[in-house]
Amino acid sequence: MKRLINDPYDVVEEMLEGYVLAHKDYVTLITEGEAQGRVVLSKTAKKKDKVGVIIGGGSGHEPLFLGYVGKGFADAAVVGNINTSPSPDPCYATAKAVNTGKGCIYLYGNYAGDVMNFDMGAEKADEEDGIRVETVTVTDDVISSENIEDRRGIAGMFFVFKSASAKADLGGDLDEVVAAAQKCNSVTRTMGVAMSSATLPSKGGPIFEMEDGDMEIGMGIHGEPGVRRGKIEPADRVVDQIMEPILADLPFAKGDEVYVLVNSLGATPILDLHICFRRVAQILKEKGITIYKSLVGSFASSMDMAGMSVTLVRLDDELKELLDYPCDAPYFTQV
Amino acid sequence: MSEYILNKDYFIKVIEDLAVLAEEKKDYFSELDSAIGDGDHGMNLSIGFREVSKNLDSWKSEDISTLFKNVGTALLDKVGGASGPLYGGFFMKFGLPVKGKEEVTFDEFIEMMETGVAIIEKRGKAKVGDKTMVDTLRPAVDALKAAYVDEKLAPKEAMKKAAEVGSAGSDSTIPIIAKKGRAMRLGERAIGHRDPGSASSTAILAIFYNNMP
Repeated sequence: MKRLINDPYDVVEEMLEGYVLAHKDYVTLITEGEAQGRVVLSKTAKKKDKVGVIIGGGSGHEPLFLGYVGKGFADAAVVGNINTSPSPDPCYATAKAVNTGKGCIYLYGNYAGDVMNFDMGAEKADEEDGIRVETVTVTDDVISSENIEDRRGIAGMFFVFKSASAKADLGGDLDEVVAAAQKCNSVTRTMGVAMSSATLPSKGGPIFEMEDGDMEIGMGIHGEPGVRRGKIEPADRVVDQIMEPILADLPFAKGDEVYVLVNSLGATPILDLHICFRRVAQILKEKGITIYKSLVGSFASSMDMAGMSVTLVRLDDELKELLDYPCDAPYFTQV
Repeated sequence: MSEYILNKDYFIKVIEDLAVLAEEKKDYFSELDSAIGDGDHGMNLSIGFREVSKNLDSWKSEDISTLFKNVGTALLDKVGGASGPLYGGFFMKFGLPVKGKEEVTFDEFIEMMETGVAIIEKRGKAKVGDKTMVDTLRPAVDALKAAYVDEKLAPKEAMKKAAEVGSAGSDSTIPIIAKKGRAMRLGERAIGHRDPGSASSTAILAIFYNNMP
């Protein structure tokens, strides 16, 4: 394992300690009470009378979730152990910390553990404090299931978080923020490829075995096995295999306008990502689909996994407005 | 014959053994989880039971119900994921039928098991055949009741049967696809792999059995 850590049992706490020191102008850590030191709170939270936007999930996907806590973006992130949902009390504490009386929204990837814990947090917020909390789970990974509601959430979470956060900052009520998140989720599609396993600090080695030189199409960001394993192929050929299921799924059609994200899972260089992006752009041009804007970088990782994913979001005027809305968070700022 | 009693020392020993199990089998549970999930099951149980071990001495003066409520709360708070609400829920509810008691009858023990397993089924929305820990726990609890109530087996014999049925239930997860959890997304590729939750549940039942007087 080539990782810079101390005791594997301390990785999350030590990361959070460093994170709030490094980004002290943006965030603080709630250490007391039910938050259990697992809530990253924006310094702008509750500064405005608006719906509270709460994102969260397991650690090991940085800059996801905590990197998107800031002005005009999420108000707080709930932080779990590596690849593991946070527990109910920190989810509950976060709702209390960001609620201005307009209610809150939980946004996270669609995983069984996250659903159980966040739901218990929401129930507690309702029962003990009368805070209304609504939930939208992100389901952008096209290959993870035939049924959209069973799909898991991966890099496309970024866009859903961004849309809902902008809607809340613009003064939308809770129903409108939920609708914005659902709308963005319904037109966001992602698929990835992995070429190595992430290493688990607790194990001191890879989560799963992968022959050097192999790739796995469709692998999830926790290393959940994908649909097909084979030898690594040239970038264009890999992108072709990813783009085909994405385009066919929504489906994206001639005349559509899209936001594109080519995302590194951790270890794939920016050089490679742009080679992949170039192919994505070629395919979209052939299909008559216009690229509105693009992001290329690491937005949702799996620690040191080699691999990348492509996300497309089909846009309309409302989604453009929300995704273009200014925000300032440690890992995403736009004016 | 005097009535069969399980006292607090029994339950404390069970909890201590569970903590040992979580350390010893950490890599095994994680290996199982790596094949069809995200590889964290062993680490998560270890994180949870380390917290339990840290506090167990200060809980020993509590009654059985409170003792397990504390164990469950520690797992729920420290673990997260699916294991936190499931095993956390199991232990939080496990002592509910015996509030304030320092020892329990075998009938009460069966009720505790039923209460604990019921919350796992409810929270996980899982049924037998979904390739989850319920494949171990539901048949085991049913076998426990049948063996003790219907077949009139001695308590320890009844628990032995429950542990065996639970173990067979875990084996039954190997040849099937998953209908719950992360393995659900794998479809046919989950076939041939044991469900990690069913494996940890089997080990937990064995600890309840092994410590019985």
